[in-house]
Amino acid sequence: MPETSNYFLYIDPTRCTGCKACEIACAVEHSLSKNIYGAVLETPKPRPRVSVIPVDEIRVPMQCRHCEDAPCMAICPTKALYRSENGFVVVDEMKCIGCRMCVVACPFGHPAFDYERKIVLKCDGCTERVSEGKVPACVEACPTGALIFGTLDEIMAKIRKERVAPFLYEAVKLVPGEEKKLPPVKIESPLSTLLKMYDSVRWY
Amino acid sequence: MAVIKESKKNSKIEYLLRKVPAKDVSITPGVAELIEKAERDGVETVWHRFLAQQPQCGFGLLGICCRNCNLGPCRIDPFGYGPTRGVCGATADTIVARNLIRMIAGGAAAHSDHGREVAHVFHLVAHGKVKGYKITDTEKLIAVAKRYGIPTENRKPKDIAKDLAEIIFNDFGKQDEEPLATTEAYAPESRKRVWIKLGVMPRNIDREIVEIMHRTHIGVDADPLNLLLQGVRAAIADGFGGSLIATELQDIMFGTPKPVKSEANLGVLKEDTVNIIVHGHVPVLSEKIVEAATSKEAQKLAEEAGAKGVTIAGMCCTGNEVLMRRGIPPAGNFLMQELAVATGAVEAMIVDYQCLMPSLPDVAACYHTKIITTMPIAKIPGAVHMEFSPEKADEVAMEIVKTAIENFKNRVPAKMYIPKDKMDLVAGFSLEAIVSALGGTLKPLLKLLRDGTIKGIAGIVGCNNAKVIHNNSHVTITKELIKNDILVVGTGCWAIAAAMHGLLKPEAAELAGDGLRKVCESLGIPPCLHMGSCVDCTRILNAISAIAEALNVDTPDLPVVGSAPEWMSEKAVSIGTYFLAHGVFVHLGTIPPVLGSPTVTKILTDDVERYLGGKFYVEPDPVKAARTMIDVIEEKRRKLRWPY
Repeated sequence: MPETSNYFLYIDPTRCTGCKACEIACAVEHSLSKNIYGAVLETPKPRPRVSVIPVDEIRVPMQCRHCEDAPCMAICPTKALYRSENGFVVVDEMKCIGCRMCVVACPFGHPAFDYERKIVLKCDGCTERVSEGKVPACVEACPTGALIFGTLDEIMAKIRKERVAPFLYEAVKLVPGEEKKLPPVKIESPLSTLLKMYDSVRWY
Repeated sequence: MAVIKESKKNSKIEYLLRKVPAKDVSITPGVAELIEKAERDGVETVWHRFLAQQPQCGFGLLGICCRNCNLGPCRIDPFGYGPTRGVCGATADTIVARNLIRMIAGGAAAHSDHGREVAHVFHLVAHGKVKGYKITDTEKLIAVAKRYGIPTENRKPKDIAKDLAEIIFNDFGKQDEEPLATTEAYAPESRKRVWIKLGVMPRNIDREIVEIMHRTHIGVDADPLNLLLQGVRAAIADGFGGSLIATELQDIMFGTPKPVKSEANLGVLKEDTVNIIVHGHVPVLSEKIVEAATSKEAQKLAEEAGAKGVTIAGMCCTGNEVLMRRGIPPAGNFLMQELAVATGAVEAMIVDYQCLMPSLPDVAACYHTKIITTMPIAKIPGAVHMEFSPEKADEVAMEIVKTAIENFKNRVPAKMYIPKDKMDLVAGFSLEAIVSALGGTLKPLLKLLRDGTIKGIAGIVGCNNAKVIHNNSHVTITKELIKNDILVVGTGCWAIAAAMHGLLKPEAAELAGDGLRKVCESLGIPPCLHMGSCVDCTRILNAISAIAEALNVDTPDLPVVGSAPEWMSEKAVSIGTYFLAHGVFVHLGTIPPVLGSPTVTKILTDDVERYLGGKFYVEPDPVKAARTMIDVIEEKRRKLRWPY
């Protein structure tokens, strides 16, 4: 067995602007024509598997987390959900009976139901693209780099470095006996500033 | 227990699965009940669609996407990790400035085309080519003609009108570099000097809009400051051009507004009469509709149809126009247009143009209401189109009213619900009416301002926006300001909001500070003055000019502030910009799409003050915003050495 689950999708909500470019790219990737101009003409209309979810002033693109011990796989009565070679949890549309047990079981509320085709829709991690050596469509489409795809080790190495850097710089500058200042934990983006301004008057 | 229905065509149901927290979205009585009714009837409203649009695209919110050419669409990464320039090379600064002034172009175009329509009718009147319209206010005609330098002694009104129409037509289409005749006639000298120095004196109303479209084309103007200056020029061409022409000529033809009593809110609709709503902006048609609907013939027809007469109500700025001149009660402001239909008690909603929700026919399809479009430039799929022209005004108006009356028999009483809420109001405070209430001169007001009885004047204008709690910012800011002895004047959807919350009735003086209260009580006026529709913001401009000239100071020195607490339309961007050009400190309650460029943001909220005297201030929280506006007024009073 290869290191099946080592592919990892890292989400940085501070960089998400909520433009939904990932949603469009996902729908196109799961269309027959695989291009935007053709996809809009297809019947049934291709649907995105990823969705951008607004939580207060934060926006998060949520795909499937492709859990190691996936509750959806465990509960699927027809074993329509299986793990692909590169480690993604994928639905076999022929086997799916539309019972929606996976929808209930998912801790992230990810799977959606396609009322037209009466089957469950979920993120397949763009398993075909990944096996061709490409990144998933949503990652490619994200204009701000809020989605990062790679192996877990690679990504975490980069993130460890990013997170530890401010501490290190502070620590180096620290004079013995001086009080330690905490580095800024969260980067303020123009977008979160903008959305926070509505806090006192928003109803939604 | 809620049962979620599975549907074949799920798109519509998906929307309605989103329930709107009806009690949280608005502070206006009647709104929550009607949203809940709409949901029960399976009708989607603006708030449902707003939820369905969440999250809204961050690039759009920040103003950093550009679709001006087919190299794009391009986006700039606001966080700085991704692209910093579009394909053509435009930076965030260029893109934001270009997008913003295109909004101004849209707003100025809308106002000015309205002005052109009115000017066209006025021209026909002057040449005796229409029967339906006449010169109603000769006094105003003479006053306006004098401003333009047209001889008025011993001349017939029609001849004066011919000359005036000529000059005004010229303002829309002249090709020389001279300033607009209207701007020359109305702007104070001190302002004109500033504008000439900055090169923002408008030359031709249409040209300034065309020039924006030219400059924002790919590969023309890339300098954010230069772009913004053209935006200012187009806005001045609107405020001291198109809009002003609309206001003045409407006054001449339909009468200058005088204080008039009426009522506001959805409770003005009646259960047992034919209900007609006029919605939109231009009074050329709605005046005629009102005439037709209140005629004996219409009342008789209504009685024959089994109704107890015809009730006519306004919506948005057409509502303001007919309220100011004829005391027709407004049923609500922008966000309430669908709710008015959802009462199930409206036979016809007659729309002209601007701020019409394209979803109206969809809502109407659930009831018996007919949406009647009337303008060749504003048709809506699913609506009935009955084309209006000034030449056939009376016939078309009568035909429309008859259609409404015929529709009464289709009303379904089981689907009808009219909230009881309504509120008394006094409207109709044109500048002329204010001056005459003060005894024929502005002097008493100047004295009150100088001694601090009235600390300052705030002009509150603008729309409704589903991003914030409906009417909350309008009402909160207004209450805060009057409590601090600041006289509030305003137009547009603010005016209807203030009316629905009882701020336009003389008794509202109780809510005002001691100084303002005494003034209001002695004159019998409310502490907030309804000055008209959104083109009538020019009445506020003229009031500011008149006060500045009387005091012999420049407009930025006056203790005057402006505010658009819930703005959303491009017209509001243009209005805000011409107030800024007039030297007014302008508060915006919803955030304009400019934050993607720190440079443009700084120019608009800081640097511009050094050149034009006014600047923008953005704050969605109404209490904080009111506090700042009060501080600004006190600061200006301190500089004038007036007691503060």
